[in-house]
Amino acid sequence: MTLYLQPNSVEEAVQALAEHSLFVLAGGTDYYPARVGKPLDDDILDITGITDLRGIAENEDHFHIGALTRWTDVIESELPPYFAGLKLAAREVGGVQIQNSGTVAGNICNASPAADGIPPLLSLNAEIVLASTRGEHSMPLAKFIMGNRKTRCARDEIVTGFRIPKPQFPASSTFLKLGARKYLVISIVMVAAVVENDDGKVGGLQVAVGSCSAAAKRLHLLERSLVGQPLASGIGDLVLEEHLNQLSPINDVRGSADYRRDAALTLVRRALEDLVPTS
Amino acid sequence: MSKFDFTLNGNRTTVDAEPVRRLAHVLRDDLGFTGTKIGCDAGDCGACTVSVDGRQVCSCLVPVAQADGAEVITVEGLAENGKLSDLQEAFHLYGAAQCGICTPGMLMAASDLLARNDNPSEDEIYDALGGVLCRCTGYRKIVQAILHVGDTSAARIEEPKVGEAVGSRAAKLDGRQRVDGSEIYGADKAPEDALWLRAVRSPYWRATFSLGDFEPLKEKYPGLVDVITAADVPGLNGFGVYPDVKDQPALAERFVRFKGEAVVAIIGDFEAISSISDEELPISWQEQEPVQGFGPPVAENAPQLHDDHPGNILAYGDVLKGNVSEGFKSSCAVFEESFQTGFVEHGYIEPEAGWAQRIGDRIEISVTTQSPYMDRDEIALIMGLEPEKVRIIPTACGGGFGGKLDLSVQPLLAIAAWKLNRPVRCTYNRLESMASTTKRHPSKITARYGCDQDGKLQSYDFEGDFNTGAYVSWGLTVKDRVPIHATGPYYVPNVKARSRAFFANETPAGAFRGFGVPQAAIAHDALMDMMAEKVGIDPLEFRHINAIRKGQETATGQKLESAGLDQCLEALREDWGDWRAHAEAHNQSATNIRRGVGVGCMWYGCGNTSIANPSTMHIGIKPDGTVTLYSGALDIGQGTNTTMMQAAADGLGISLSELQLVWGDTDLTADAGKSSASRQAYVSGNAAKLAGEDLRGQILRMANVGETATIEFGKNKLIVHDGDTSHEINLGSLSALDNGEVLRGEGYFDPPTEPLDENGQGKPYGTYGFAAQIADVEVDLDLGTVKVVRMGAAHDVGQSLNPQQVEGQIHGGVAQGLGLALMEEYIPGRTENLHDYLIPTIGDIPEIRTYIIEDPEPTGPWGAKGIGEPALCATAPAIFGGIYQATGVRVKQAPCTPDRLRAAILAKRGLNGNGHG
Repeated sequence: MTLYLQPNSVEEAVQALAEHSLFVLAGGTDYYPARVGKPLDDDILDITGITDLRGIAENEDHFHIGALTRWTDVIESELPPYFAGLKLAAREVGGVQIQNSGTVAGNICNASPAADGIPPLLSLNAEIVLASTRGEHSMPLAKFIMGNRKTRCARDEIVTGFRIPKPQFPASSTFLKLGARKYLVISIVMVAAVVENDDGKVGGLQVAVGSCSAAAKRLHLLERSLVGQPLASGIGDLVLEEHLNQLSPINDVRGSADYRRDAALTLVRRALEDLVPTS
Repeated sequence: MSKFDFTLNGNRTTVDAEPVRRLAHVLRDDLGFTGTKIGCDAGDCGACTVSVDGRQVCSCLVPVAQADGAEVITVEGLAENGKLSDLQEAFHLYGAAQCGICTPGMLMAASDLLARNDNPSEDEIYDALGGVLCRCTGYRKIVQAILHVGDTSAARIEEPKVGEAVGSRAAKLDGRQRVDGSEIYGADKAPEDALWLRAVRSPYWRATFSLGDFEPLKEKYPGLVDVITAADVPGLNGFGVYPDVKDQPALAERFVRFKGEAVVAIIGDFEAISSISDEELPISWQEQEPVQGFGPPVAENAPQLHDDHPGNILAYGDVLKGNVSEGFKSSCAVFEESFQTGFVEHGYIEPEAGWAQRIGDRIEISVTTQSPYMDRDEIALIMGLEPEKVRIIPTACGGGFGGKLDLSVQPLLAIAAWKLNRPVRCTYNRLESMASTTKRHPSKITARYGCDQDGKLQSYDFEGDFNTGAYVSWGLTVKDRVPIHATGPYYVPNVKARSRAFFANETPAGAFRGFGVPQAAIAHDALMDMMAEKVGIDPLEFRHINAIRKGQETATGQKLESAGLDQCLEALREDWGDWRAHAEAHNQSATNIRRGVGVGCMWYGCGNTSIANPSTMHIGIKPDGTVTLYSGALDIGQGTNTTMMQAAADGLGISLSELQLVWGDTDLTADAGKSSASRQAYVSGNAAKLAGEDLRGQILRMANVGETATIEFGKNKLIVHDGDTSHEINLGSLSALDNGEVLRGEGYFDPPTEPLDENGQGKPYGTYGFAAQIADVEVDLDLGTVKVVRMGAAHDVGQSLNPQQVEGQIHGGVAQGLGLALMEEYIPGRTENLHDYLIPTIGDIPEIRTYIIEDPEPTGPWGAKGIGEPALCATAPAIFGGIYQATGVRVKQAPCTPDRLRAAILAKRGLNGNGHG
C-alpha cells in the first residue's frame, strides 16, 4: 500500500518527511503529466491542506509569497508594478485550469528549464524559504535551482514560500515569452526584467532569461553595465551580444540554439524598452 | 482506499477511492459521469475541465483527495431538468460542437468565464478558453456561441418545410447530446464485467524479439487474466486498408518495424494492467539499426523492411500529359524549387477506444471509427470469420481526420474477447495513440513550373517522395493522389508528375485530410507566386487566368463538369485588393513587424481514386408509420448524421422531424463506405437522396399517382395527395419485410470513375472540390513569429447541403492548415504528447470570412461535392504567400516555425548584403 498523507500544518508535514520518503504534491500539474499510462504508486505528501502557505503578504522590507499561492492568486492579487512581470508570467502558466491548480512553489520545485515562474522570481531577487524538522532556512532562488529538474530541496524539506525584498527605488517589471502558439505553450525563450527608476536613471536592474540554459539565468554583466544609464528610449540598444554569453541554449524541437540566442537578445532589448517610462 | 465526500452537480456524493486517483477517472469510472472526457491525462488538452469550488480545473490533474469537501460541477450539471442552459443552447445553435469531444471542456471553461464576466470580449473568451484544445471547429463558432449566450435568435432557424431541408442551416440533429454530456464515445461505456486490455509496445524502431513464460507474471498479479500474443490470432495476423494488402500485424511476430508497434496485450482488471510496467514482461529484445528519414531507406543496400518491397520502395505513381520539355520551351518564366514537410499528427482529442464481446459464433465491437465496414471486413480476416459474423457498432467518434480509418484497438479487442469469451475494453492513452497510429506522410518535393509571357501555364514537372513509415496504410492512395493533383487546380497542357512512396522504420503514415494534396499544394502554389511575380501579374489574377474551368481537361485528361475556382477567386478579389494594399501601406513605415497577404488554391477529387467506392442507404417504414433512415455514413463531427437526413428527407418528401435515424451499426445499416476522401456528401448524399426517391416512387406507384403527388406520413398509414384526390395506404395491411418494416427504399451510388492507364490518364474521380483562400499575416522579423490576422476562404462545394456544417468544415480545415503551416511537426519518438506536439489554440485562429460557391456537379446530389479536405489544402500556401509579401522569404519547409523563418530572414539579408537589424 502506498501512503497518501495530508498534513494541515508545516510541522506535521516536515515530521512526515522526517519519517518517510515522500513525493510532495501540491497542484498536481507536473505530477500527473509525468505519469501518463503509468501506475500512480508513489508515497505522497499532499500539502494543499496547509492553508497558511497560500497567499501574498506585504511586510516592512519584503513581500512574502506563500508556497501554495496559486498562479491565479498572483494574477488576482493587488500588487505594485514591481510584480507586473510575475503577473504576466502567471498568465502564461498553462491555461486558466493550470493557473487555478498550479502553485508558485510547485513550478519552481519542478525546476524545468522552461518554468514560466523562475525568470520573474529571479528578477525579483527572490529568496526561497525551506522548512524541515531541522528548522527553517532560506537561500537565493538562483542558488536553489541547480539545473534541469535539479534543486537543493533536501529530501526532508518543503518549500514554505518566497521572500521578495522591496526595491530601493520605484520599480517596474515585465515578462516576455516566445512560443510557437498563443496558449499552452512551452517557451522557446523567455525574459523577465525588473528596473528601478532612480530619477530617470537605471537605479537597479535585474534581467533573467529562461529556456536558454539548464536553469534560467540572470544576466549580471548586462545588469551591471546598465546601472546609471538613462532609463530612456534606446536603452535596448545598449544590450550587446556578449551580455548574453553566459546562456547555453540547446537545439530541441522548439528551436535551435542559435535561434534561441538571437531571440533572447531581441527579447531582452524589447523588455528593457518596455520598461522605459512613457511620459 | 479512502472515503471522499463532495458535492457533485449539487448532490452529496461519496466515493471510495485511492486518494491519488485522478478526479477525472473517479468521475467517469467510479461515478459514471462520462460527460467529462479524457484527452491526454496531462493537462494539455482541457477536455476534462470541470469546476471545483467555482474554478475551472483539469480534472485529470486533481487527486480525488483534493476534491474532498469541494463543490464539483461537470457538464452534466449545466442543464436544469433536462433543459439546456443558455450556454449549451448557444453552442448547439451556433454549431460550436462538431465531434463534441472537447465540448464538455469548452462549456466548463466558458461557464467559468461567464460566472465572472457576463459580457466578455473576444480576447477575454480567448484567455478563458485558451486551455481547451479543439481539433474540429477552428474555434470560431465557439467564440460566436459565447458572444451570443442568451441571445441566440440570429442562429435559430425554423424547421425547414418539406422538400427544403437541403441547403438549410439545420442545427445538428444529434447536437443536443453533444452539449449535455450524454453522447457516448469510444471510452464511455462497456459492460460492468468487461476486462481491460493494454497493449505492450516495442521500445525500438527496429528489433527482433522473443517471448518468455508469462506464468510468473500472472502469479505476481492475480488480476492479470491473460496475455495475448501473435499466436492467439485465429486468422490472418495482418491488416491494412486495401483488400489485397495486409502487411501490418495485429501483434508483431518476432520482428518490429517501429517504436510503438503492439507486441503483446495484457488483459485483466484495471488495477492489474495499469500496475504492470512494460519492463516486467518477459520479452527479450535484440535491437537493430533502424532506417529512417528521406535518404537512408532508399540507399543502396539499406536494410529492407518488407521482403516483397526491394529497396524499401512501396510504389510509384505517374501522370503524363503532353510534352513537358516542349512546354518549358514555350515558357518565359520557369521556376524550380524543392519543398519539404514533416509528419503531422491528427490530434483528435478522443484517443482510440472501444470494447468487444463474443456472442456465440459472432464478435461484436463497439468502437470509435470512421469506417465500420472496412473494420468489419478486416476483423473478419484477422478472426478467420465470415464478414457477417463480425458486427461493428460505432460509438460517437471524437474526431478522425483520417486517423481512425486504420484499425487500432479493434483487432486486439476482438482477439481477446474471442479467446476469453468475456467482454474486453481498451482505451489508448495519449502517448500510445500518438506513437502507434498513422500520421500525414512527410514529403520531399522538387517541382518546376513554367508559364508564357501572358501568364498562361505551359508545363509542370513534379517529383515527390513520400515516407509511408513502417507499413503501407494509405501509402498507395497518397502516391496515386499526389501526381493527379500535383499541378494544382489549374489548366496545364504539359504535365509530368511522379510520386514515390517508400518505407522507413518510423510511425506509419496513412490518411490525413488531403492524402498528400496539402503537401503538393505548398509546392505548386509557391511556384505560382514566383511565376506571377516574374511576369508581373498579381498573384490572385495569375491564378484566375489559369484556374481550370468547366469543360477543360485535367492532367489526367478528365473533362470537368463542375469547376468553380474562378468564382472562388472572384469572391475573394475585393478583400484581396484591400488587404494587400493595407499590408503595403503598413510596410511603408513598419520596421520589424510587417504584414503580408497571400493566396492559395486547391482542388480535391471527391471519393476513392479510380476504384469503386459505392454507398448504399435505406429508408424504411414500420407498420406504425415510423420512417427511418439507415445510414452507414459515419458522422465523425462533420455532420453526416444531419446532412444525410436532409438529403433523405428531401428525396422522400418528408419533414426532417418526422424522419428517424439509425446509423453506423453494420448489422442495421448497409455499407456507405468510409468517412474520408471528402466523399460522404457527394457519394452517400446521393445514396440517401436516391433511397428517399426510391421509397417515394414505391409509394406513388402503390397509390397509382403521378410524380407531383405529395405524401402525408401519418400514424399507421400514409396518405397520398394527388391534386384533389387522396389515397390512403394502411401500413398494417402491407406484408412485413425481414426487419419488420413494410416498405423499404434503397439508394445506391458509385461515383463514375475510370481506371488510369500507364500514363495516369483516365477519370479518377467523379468530381472535384475547389477552393481559394487568402491569409493576412503579421510577421515579427526579429523573432520569425507569424500571426495570422485574418483569413478569407471561398469554397466551391457544388451545392451546400447545410451551410452551417460547410462553414464548420472550412473553419476547422483552416485551423488544421494553419497548424500545418506554422507549428505542427510530429517527430517520431519525441513529440508523443500534446505539449511538445503543438496544434492551434483558440488564440491562434483569426477571423475567417467564408464564401460558399456553388458550381453544381451534375452527378452530385442537388449538385453537391465534398468539403472536408478542400478546407485544409489551400491554407498553408496562402499563409506562405503572406509571409513572402511581408519578408521576401519564400517558405520551402513546413511547418514554418519561428526559428526556421528567422534563419531564412537572416540568410536572405546575408545574400542581399543588408545587415539591417
